[in-house]
Amino acid sequence: MSTVPVEVTPQQYKTEEHPIWCPGCGDFGVLGSLYNCLAGLKVKPKDLVVVSGIGCSGRTPGFIKSYGFHSLHGRVLPVALGVKLANPSLEVIGVGGDGDGFAIGGGHIPHAARRNPDMTYLIMDNSTYGLTKGQYSPTSPAGYQAGSTPYGSIEQPLNPLAMLIAYGASFVGQGYSGKPRELTELVTQAIEHKGFAFVNVISPCITFNNTYKVVPPRLKEVPQEHDVKNRAKAFELALDTQSVWLGVLYQNPRPTFEQEVSHVIEKAQASSPPRLEAIFAEFS
Amino acid sequence: MTTDYVFRVGGEGGEGVISTGEMLTLALARAGFQIYTFRTYPAEIKGGHANYQVRASDKLLLSQGHWLDVLLAFNEEAYQKHIQDVRRNGGVLIYDTDSYQPPILEGVIYYGVPLTSLATEKIGIKLTKNIVSLGVLAHLFDIPLKVFEDLLKERFGRKGEVVVQKNIDALHVGAEYAKQIPRQDRIQLGSGSRGAKHLVLSGNESLALGAIASGCRLYAGYPITPATDIMEFLARELPKIGGFVVQTEDEISAIGVVLGSSYAGKKAMTATSGPGFSLMTEMIGLAVVAEIPSVIVDVQRVGPSTGMPTKTEQGDLYLAVYGGHGNCPRIVMALTSVEDCFYGIMRAFNLSEQFQMPVVVLSDQYLGHRKATVPVPDLNQVPVIDRRKPQAEELAGFRRYRFTPDNISPMSIPGMEGGGYVAEGLEHDEVGYPAASDHENHLRSTQKRYGKFGQIHQIANDLVRLYGNPHPEIGIIGWGSSEGVIREAVEIAQSKGYSVGALHPKILYPQPIAKLKEFIEGTKAVIIPEVNFTGQFATLLRKRFAYDFIQLNKCIGLPFTPQEIVDKIEEVAAHVHSSRRSHPAAV
Ligand SMILES: Cc1ncc(C[n+]2csc(CCOP(=O)(O)OP(=O)(O)O)c2C)c(N)n1
Ligand code: SF4
Repeated sequence: MSTVPVEVTPQQYKTEEHPIWCPGCGDFGVLGSLYNCLAGLKVKPKDLVVVSGIGCSGRTPGFIKSYGFHSLHGRVLPVALGVKLANPSLEVIGVGGDGDGFAIGGGHIPHAARRNPDMTYLIMDNSTYGLTKGQYSPTSPAGYQAGSTPYGSIEQPLNPLAMLIAYGASFVGQGYSGKPRELTELVTQAIEHKGFAFVNVISPCITFNNTYKVVPPRLKEVPQEHDVKNRAKAFELALDTQSVWLGVLYQNPRPTFEQEVSHVIEKAQASSPPRLEAIFAEFS
Repeated sequence: MTTDYVFRVGGEGGEGVISTGEMLTLALARAGFQIYTFRTYPAEIKGGHANYQVRASDKLLLSQGHWLDVLLAFNEEAYQKHIQDVRRNGGVLIYDTDSYQPPILEGVIYYGVPLTSLATEKIGIKLTKNIVSLGVLAHLFDIPLKVFEDLLKERFGRKGEVVVQKNIDALHVGAEYAKQIPRQDRIQLGSGSRGAKHLVLSGNESLALGAIASGCRLYAGYPITPATDIMEFLARELPKIGGFVVQTEDEISAIGVVLGSSYAGKKAMTATSGPGFSLMTEMIGLAVVAEIPSVIVDVQRVGPSTGMPTKTEQGDLYLAVYGGHGNCPRIVMALTSVEDCFYGIMRAFNLSEQFQMPVVVLSDQYLGHRKATVPVPDLNQVPVIDRRKPQAEELAGFRRYRFTPDNISPMSIPGMEGGGYVAEGLEHDEVGYPAASDHENHLRSTQKRYGKFGQIHQIANDLVRLYGNPHPEIGIIGWGSSEGVIREAVEIAQSKGYSVGALHPKILYPQPIAKLKEFIEGTKAVIIPEVNFTGQFATLLRKRFAYDFIQLNKCIGLPFTPQEIVDKIEEVAAHVHSSRRSHPAAV
């Protein structure tokens, strides 16, 4: 039997809503790569849910033809977990900024990582709070000067990659919005990964933290021979803050949260008929 | 004569006080009585004073009662704390003679039993003294021993034959000893006449079962007294029905999981207490604006802040009604009895589905932790309602937030072809696109969201309960777990000749305006009893009605007793009558 392969184009994932981002914002690159991934993987819009937080990056679901959930500042992961648990057959992608993910929402990341639900989490890391006009973020370098740090930030930035590897994410990678082809490839791998896939995307904020000149010289591809299952080696790369490593640093699949949930259900049902009346009987 | 006795067990926490109370409760229930328990806990995990009270009767029980017929005090502290509650006309104190020797009080009957030495010498295990005490109770008050034996087999069966036998021996040691006690009391139980099959459930258990019956298949929560047992119950029972419980990293995450799940088509719930509920308020606003059906249970405890975690209060009503920023309509319900926990939570799910908005369900420690006999729930009493889904023709150019005559829009579910939309926390247009600068749209959308209240007022009117005289001189408006206590107080006051009636709404917000108005009109005084300091419900009612409500507030971490309400009725009645005499005519 021969079927004509249905052509799926990135265009098909565009909505009528036009991105409100500043011209030149890195987030355009991330969105473009997402369109490419979705087309490449032929993800059906009806089966895709994009969950976001609040920030410039948080507007992403509105620009993707699919289901979406523009939630609250910092709450991407709980909402995404709820969606995935409700219907594990859905493709779930969470997106948010570095403030959204690492500051206000930072408490959720370790728990998403260790539970390992099958979803992708993209951080559009511009090392600033874009939407609120450029204050320092958890990934801003010490010395960063802006509205709330007129004398320069006195805080050390956190290390997203090292953090996620430590928390037990089963996939950790990093991309750059200015390298759309590589980013498409990376995000495709992340979506295909069965488990919690974290991708930190360096996505410059042209308006408040223009790093288009300083980032590129520091970019380095994760070496071909790097063993993605080797956690210690992955840490080594992550801890090298001289360079911005691009590619997959760590990938080590294990059973997903949804799989474990269905095991629990099987276990419980082995001993009890799935009827409320049977439960009533325990209380008479 | 109807049987109606109140038992209380008191002692050191961790000494088996609670398990003694629980077993006595189950035994009385199985012996055919209606039961109504009341628990207060020490805040400590181990040690501290604990007590467990159970009232047993042939008739429907409405409150925990007031005077104790039997106090079983394991130590002196329990005696000191509770002796003043023992009936002075034949109440019984059973005490451990190995532990202390109480002074003799007029009108109280004393039965000393060497509980500790019987346990250590005859059984060889000191901890069995509480089982010995159950044997004593069984013999003295004629509760069938067989019922206790069966309970011990069920409870200790997993620990093996030897343990079961030791406990049964302990029971018989107690019963045997009791034979030589010269009886002075007239308390006798035997078998009750409750009939029909009943379950013994706590408020929290009943609520959890009702959630399952509503179709809830995902629970997300974070441990907090006194709501934790809902989570633990569902963690055990939900998987049997194909559902699951996630213990999230905090309450914000819990309600986030609930919203994500409900959005994706699976009914979900979270339960918490004050501190957790405070954390959830931002998400309640999201559920309102994105119109996501959701059920949030607050089993209230004493606040503010960490407050008194194991004590009861009705202090979260303001937060439930007004918590969150912006114009933020939600439904607030209050559960009234153990049985109502089952049907009430079903109604909460239905309301959330029908109106696509969050429903906050208020319970409290007093209700959540007390057990009662309830008829086996009727699964057809509250038919399950599901949200309105889009028809095929609505999916062309789908508008998720379409303005409709009844203000309810079709809600698609991920997986549905053509139904894609963004659940949007920004103010949005009918499609769901952000409309953060469209001033007229904001008004229109706010009107849409509040417009749902029109229908809900009607439902709230239908869910009002009236007790006693429907057109009373003295009216009582109560809410939540005080229902039974108020009802019992009304019965007592009526039997004393007062013209009293009570109205008890189940939906507190939006309010059953028509029913409230009808009830208030014609009264000479309306008392609003609340277990809080400022009278939160009274304040809400004052906004709607220009009426001089009389508040009765109790703020010591304990529920009302019927007597306290009767006292207030009598005080108000005296005032109403005297003021009528002193102001003969209005000029
Ligand atoms: C609870 C809460 N606090 C603060 C804000 C205001 N706020 C909106 S976006 C944002 C930070 C955005 O920075 P980031 O998450 O890095 O995203 P970006 O805009 O840079 O993409 C803040 C503080 C909010 N919306 N909610
Ligand atoms: S403010 Fe910065 S992050 Fe936001 S849209 Fe503009 S360039 Fe992008």
